[in-house]
Amino acid sequence: MATLNINGRDVTVDVPADMPILWVLRDVVGLTGTKFGCGMALCGACTIQLDGQPTRSCVTPVAAAAGKKITTIEAIGETPAGKKVQQAWLDLEVVQCGYCQSGQIMSASALIAKNTHPSDADIDGAMSGNICRCGTYPRVRAAIKQAAKGA
Amino acid sequence: MTTHTVSRRDFVVVLTATGGGLLLGCRVGDRSGVATAAAAPPEPPAFAPNAFIRIGSDGRVTLVMNQVEMGQGTYTSMPMLLAEELEVGLDQVQLEHAPPNDKLYANPFFGDQETGGSSSVRGFYEPLRRAGATARTMLVAAAAQTWDVNPASCRAKRGVVTHTPSGRTLTYGALADKAAKLPVPDKAPLKDPKDFTLIGTPAKRLDAPDKVNGKAQYGIDVRLPGMKVATVAASPVLGGKVAGLDEAKAMAIAGVRQIVNLGDVVAVVADHMWAAKQGLAALAIRWDDGPNGNVSTADVVQGLDAASQQPGVVARTQGDAVAAIAGAAKKIDAVYQVPFLAHAPLEPMNCTVHVRKDGCEVWTGSQTVTRAQGTAARVTGLPLEQVVVHNHLLGGGFGRRLEYDWVTQAVRIGQQVEGPVKVVWTREEDMQHEFYRPYYYDRMAAGLDGGGKPVAWTHRIVGPAIVARYLPPGFRNGIDPDGVDAAVQLLYDIPAIQVEFVRHEEPVLNTTFWRGVGPTHNVFVIESFMDELAVAAKADPVAYRRALLGKAPRARAVLDLAAKAAGWGQPLPAGRGRGVALLFSAWGSYLAEVAEVEVSKEGELRVHRIVCAVDCGTVINPDTVKAQIEGGVNFGISGALWGEITLKNGRVEQSNFHDYRVLRMNDAPKIEVHLVRNLEAPGGLGEPGTSVTAPALANAVFAATGKRIRRLPLQAQLRSS
Repeated sequence: MATLNINGRDVTVDVPADMPILWVLRDVVGLTGTKFGCGMALCGACTIQLDGQPTRSCVTPVAAAAGKKITTIEAIGETPAGKKVQQAWLDLEVVQCGYCQSGQIMSASALIAKNTHPSDADIDGAMSGNICRCGTYPRVRAAIKQAAKGA
Repeated sequence: MTTHTVSRRDFVVVLTATGGGLLLGCRVGDRSGVATAAAAPPEPPAFAPNAFIRIGSDGRVTLVMNQVEMGQGTYTSMPMLLAEELEVGLDQVQLEHAPPNDKLYANPFFGDQETGGSSSVRGFYEPLRRAGATARTMLVAAAAQTWDVNPASCRAKRGVVTHTPSGRTLTYGALADKAAKLPVPDKAPLKDPKDFTLIGTPAKRLDAPDKVNGKAQYGIDVRLPGMKVATVAASPVLGGKVAGLDEAKAMAIAGVRQIVNLGDVVAVVADHMWAAKQGLAALAIRWDDGPNGNVSTADVVQGLDAASQQPGVVARTQGDAVAAIAGAAKKIDAVYQVPFLAHAPLEPMNCTVHVRKDGCEVWTGSQTVTRAQGTAARVTGLPLEQVVVHNHLLGGGFGRRLEYDWVTQAVRIGQQVEGPVKVVWTREEDMQHEFYRPYYYDRMAAGLDGGGKPVAWTHRIVGPAIVARYLPPGFRNGIDPDGVDAAVQLLYDIPAIQVEFVRHEEPVLNTTFWRGVGPTHNVFVIESFMDELAVAAKADPVAYRRALLGKAPRARAVLDLAAKAAGWGQPLPAGRGRGVALLFSAWGSYLAEVAEVEVSKEGELRVHRIVCAVDCGTVINPDTVKAQIEGGVNFGISGALWGEITLKNGRVEQSNFHDYRVLRMNDAPKIEVHLVRNLEAPGGLGEPGTSVTAPALANAVFAATGKRIRRLPLQAQLRSS
């Protein structure tokens, strides 16, 4: 048994300690906003925040979350940075198929929470782990800059 | 895992309620939610004049989405077509995924319910406006009857009919019952395009709000009471069989419930994906590879090369091109090759099934929902009406989800499992068991006159006939219309032209349509070769093309626009180059693209800037047009720079995004899109941006380095040269 703090709530789950957080969220807790894309931390679709740090949940065992706060896409809008990022995403019509966007938003929110003036290089550094097959990159970049202005 | 006992009717609400305690409530009026019509039938609609529109007596307007949303914005553009004529605001409608029904929802281009080939707006521009106009005409007639006035004295706007002289009003909800009793008019009049208030304006995407907060439901997000999760391993070689496996080891893993060995594929059924994945690894499956166990990419290329020596079926001919080349002042010929490609949509293949004696339910994301239903019926032996398919938003399609192999497989597995089971492929399984973009092999030749002008052009295309398998009636006289698309429409004014198609199947990998379809390969070949002609003529690539476009004013206009916007001809730093490409095909859209690239001394290729000019005729949602070009270009860059699936010992060598490289933020160029607006017939837009990109890049590489690359992907060729 492990107790996880997910989006501000303590949740007790009966899972092996090495089970990646991704599958705990999706298949046990029922939070499906966090997506499975590659299983090897290559695509970023599974990005969550652990104590505010963007984290690839597909390779992070549940044991690594002990004593830490897990934030997922379902609750990122409750943080000031997440709210701004979501709004900028809507203002600039970033999404296409949308499957990667949970992860994009989790990475982008972590970036602007710490950096209110992200340069192009900062954005490259923070976002290059998040693949978008629809190719929304120009709008992701523009939306991060817009969200950061209000951060 | 929590289990609930729920009725089918409550299904969608329960699903989302388990997703974090947030009630999406897509049945109860959240406009951004999308329900599956078959899963959650609303209250019997008061007024349903056709398969696309339902209006309840409470005024709720539901639009049924026949085309599927995979990012291209169709869940906004199709509602715009309906709402324009129905006279409702986009903020007043809710959307439902259509159930499978070829009779009601067939795409006019294909004859079945299919989303592909950049055809949604082209195919439904008139039918959906007509559906909206029909409903509006009946609602107005109902109001006029109520007031005993002439319908011509009434007008409709935002779901309300107003009698103009008296100012009396009735809402669509209040009129729904009465409208339902009126005869359906034969051909309700359509608006004059100059009166459009919605079509052509930048409407906000209706699917966006749920895609930024985790609520959007893709097939992979399905959760059902009592559902198990399975992952699979199919034979790594096409046609191979299981030779042995260690079932006991897999069953010993906590959470693993069942092993399903179907001979060609093995599934591990478990409480969750983690247990299923571990169980699959523990099985240590041994395979009997079968007849394809020694095949490599070189064998495929050898087969194509041999086939290319023979003439093909003539798909277009004018003049005697072969004789004209023989007699030309200058002769040029070249062979072009494009590799197998994976679609690699970010949502891996997945399908949830519940097979019972008296019925089968399927939950997935499909570009062809009736094909998904059909295969489930064939596998189970059930009649079609006992197979219910719940379609979902697609986490990328790109042509991959035009197939239904993963549905067939999931139903076969589901037959062996008690209760519902969600079958989810790992990325590795997905990458290695695709339906790939075929390997194509093209022979080009041209003759130039003394002034460098082309007098003749021949193009021999060698590859499989996807259409012969996928849409047999479309394969006529030995010509795959997709295989020759863009080649037969060649707009350049060349006196003698011959285009041939040589059908050559290499059944060592399954192949299908890939974003950009036929033109993605043909435009690369045509526009690269056109650049070769310009070089041979010592002419500027833009000016050379322009001189041949006297009979194609729309093409010349986009070429001029792109060249001007890109600063064509202005000097660039060393190592950089600009390339141009032009596209016209059966989609009916005209595109010109200028790419600016840099090649380092080490041969590293970087794309700095893309400028696109687009004339797609009537525009429904201009922002979506731009988004589709941006996305299509980026998809094209991934394919052109790095995309390559190779075979060794019958196996696909790539497995995940570390060895099948795709574009990322740090490599993504600036993209500018310039629209030419007019009221010509709407052209397809989801794919052209992809198709026009590879040749623009290859031509830019030539401009930067002097290297002519005739075989994709570009980066591998630059390194090996």
